[in-house]
Amino acid sequence: MNIRAQVSSVFHLDKCIGCHTCSIACKNQWTDRKGAEYMWWNNVETKPGTGYPTKWEDQEQYKGGWEMQGETLQLKIGGRGSTLGKIFHNPSLPTMDDYYEPFTFRYDDLTSAPAGKDQPTARPVSMVTGKPMKIEAGPNWDDDLSGSNIYAANDPGVVKLTDEEQRQLFAIEKMVFFHMPRICNHCLNAGCVAGCPSGAIYKRGEDGIVLINQDKCRGWRMCVSACPYKKTYYGWTTGKSEKCILCYPRQEAGQAPACFHSCVGRIRYLGVLLYDADRIESVAKQDDKDLAAAQRDIILDPFDPQVIEDAKKSGVAAQVIKAAQKSPVYKFVKEWGIALPLHPEFRTLPMLFYVPPLLPVMSMDNQGKQKMADDFFTTLEQARLPMQYLAGLFAGGNEEEVKAVYRKLIAVRIQRRSVTVGDLPAAEVSKACSVAKLSTEAVDAVYRMTTLTRIKERIVVPPMLREEAIEAGMDPHQHRQEMGFGSRRAPKRRW
Amino acid sequence: MTDMILFGVFPYVAVALMIGVGIYRYTVDRYSWSSQSSQFLESRVLFWGSVPWHYAILVILLAHFLAFLVPSAWGVVLGNPLRLYLLEVTGLALGISTLIAVFLLIFRRINNARVSAVTTVIDWLVLVALLLQVATGVYIAFTLRWGSVWYLHTATPWLWSLIKLDPQVHYLAAMPMVVKLHTFNAFMIIALFPFSRLVHVVSVPLTYLSRPYQLVVWYRERRAD
Ligand code: HEM
Ligand code: SF4
Ligand code: SF4
Repeated sequence: MNIRAQVSSVFHLDKCIGCHTCSIACKNQWTDRKGAEYMWWNNVETKPGTGYPTKWEDQEQYKGGWEMQGETLQLKIGGRGSTLGKIFHNPSLPTMDDYYEPFTFRYDDLTSAPAGKDQPTARPVSMVTGKPMKIEAGPNWDDDLSGSNIYAANDPGVVKLTDEEQRQLFAIEKMVFFHMPRICNHCLNAGCVAGCPSGAIYKRGEDGIVLINQDKCRGWRMCVSACPYKKTYYGWTTGKSEKCILCYPRQEAGQAPACFHSCVGRIRYLGVLLYDADRIESVAKQDDKDLAAAQRDIILDPFDPQVIEDAKKSGVAAQVIKAAQKSPVYKFVKEWGIALPLHPEFRTLPMLFYVPPLLPVMSMDNQGKQKMADDFFTTLEQARLPMQYLAGLFAGGNEEEVKAVYRKLIAVRIQRRSVTVGDLPAAEVSKACSVAKLSTEAVDAVYRMTTLTRIKERIVVPPMLREEAIEAGMDPHQHRQEMGFGSRRAPKRRW
Repeated sequence: MTDMILFGVFPYVAVALMIGVGIYRYTVDRYSWSSQSSQFLESRVLFWGSVPWHYAILVILLAHFLAFLVPSAWGVVLGNPLRLYLLEVTGLALGISTLIAVFLLIFRRINNARVSAVTTVIDWLVLVALLLQVATGVYIAFTLRWGSVWYLHTATPWLWSLIKLDPQVHYLAAMPMVVKLHTFNAFMIIALFPFSRLVHVVSVPLTYLSRPYQLVVWYRERRAD
């Protein structure tokens, strides 16, 4: 047993209102600078849709993540030798056009234009070349445009559906979408780490945050391809790749990451999970349909005395184990089993989990009017969003996984309805709970956690002990005038 | 006198710059050490430029180094006319590939607005120096046949004399102008090395072949066991 701690998250998709506050909080803090304009370490996309960068889920095009080559697990970009052979030109690197060309407007022209007959306009200019440009894409170009034949119809997950399922999805009165915020998943079997020829990308042992050592990165740009979620970004001015740092400087100061802290819908939960690092590879080798369950399986119970003892032996600090016991993520993923990893079939073991959205799934078309379904359990089959589509997103195609989650979410609703409206007999409530395999106490707990909790319960940042580690190992006076973390030079090209 | 400066003094200056500035840059501003890839901004032309450029230049450089480092073995290889002929033809073909490739690399830096936006003076100096180098190289291969042989009797002893700190510039003094240019420019490129993206050449990530896929870094020393 090699027990490690991982700072993990849950995003509750029913609660996301698609406001992009999270993206802006992140941008203001980390990527509001030359060369990083196009980077959205946190982005929110509309599903079904093509996302950002366009069609990132299509690994036939981008070659992200892992695949099984017989009995061995190999990066989809190729073996080590072949990756080095492709270093002079990476055939699966997305270019700026796959994201968008960052732009601004010549606002000055509005006030400085000479008097004339026409209203002055602020022309869009490229932030790369400075030249006037035609804006053809943007960070959320397909925002709320699901159902459209350019975006939703090209979603790699939709393309896989049967004609009947697609018709069902695009029928005009039934059109449906939901928002999906995405950040780096700080994976256990990270593609970016494995793909970096320089070995510049690493996982922090104590908390599992995945970082790129900026001094070691040589701009070979293989991580961009190797990450199936396209969450490392090439800095086109600096020649270095960058990624989400899970706001580790904020976490070390005990604060929530900026996107978590600012989330308007309060959809975001953060906490520590304990897992068995020796089993990462065997989990990543499971069949597509078993991956979600296998990943859940290596997460360990932080209350189990044996686990606690082994964790201590493996060097996990006592306070971190305590934080793991308070972790809301553990509850969502293990105790209640209502949060699933995004695209487990990429085999990176992503440690950000999603509660799949219930609302767009369950509202039914009734002679042109939308209403909630009466009989929740049988209608799962006729849900507006085909179960196969959701299973393709969150369970490697295993419909049973997502249905199990939906049964639980429905049980919570039935129970709440019986409490607040009082029109459902107790027998129906207990039937719903037993079908969902969720105790009535658990149903209450889910309800509480998803509606009433405050930030300290939603976001349980473990004590990171990092400051103390620095002080124990180094002369504090020597480091007194530094900025505290990272580089002391501007991220610019100087040579 | 000019020969002495160009071939007896400048090579030392160039190598001193490469090592001195290179070490300074690596220790003080390692963040700047990068291939400075521009594929993100333009990928299609880069393919036809970068791939032939790199594969061909690496082989050509290897040949130059072997003939300088192990001249006797190189001489044996060339002893057979057929092998000599094959080597010269291969060299010429690779040389022409680098020439076309460097033209493409230059063309794309002019032609593509995004790439030209990230192109700096030092990028131009490097590309122009490399163009000059491969152009003179190909010209020499065409006009002054059997370079793989006469290199052994001119460049090799001259380079060794430099290493022995006893520069014998007479080996080069009688050479045609174009050979002198090719030689001088080679050290020009060495001098440009620490100031430019060329530093990526010494960061060839061969350790990738043997390191474990996943890297975990602990802040404190890992457990007792
Ligand atoms: C095995 C060693 C080498 C490796 C791994 C390597 C790798 C690379 C990479 C990844 C790039 C960036 C390409 C892009 O824009 O995406 C590059 C560019 C470049 N390399 Fe190398 N290289 C090597 C050796 C060399 C050598 C020996 C030279 C010349 C003497 C050289 C000259 C250049 C130049 C001039 C560029 C810039 C091309 C441009 O963008 O215009 N490289 N190299
Ligand atoms: S999601 Fe994050 S940790 Fe996982 S492969 Fe991508 S960049 Fe790496
Ligand atoms: S801030 Fe929260 S609710 Fe708003 S888009 Fe981001 S994740 Fe969704």
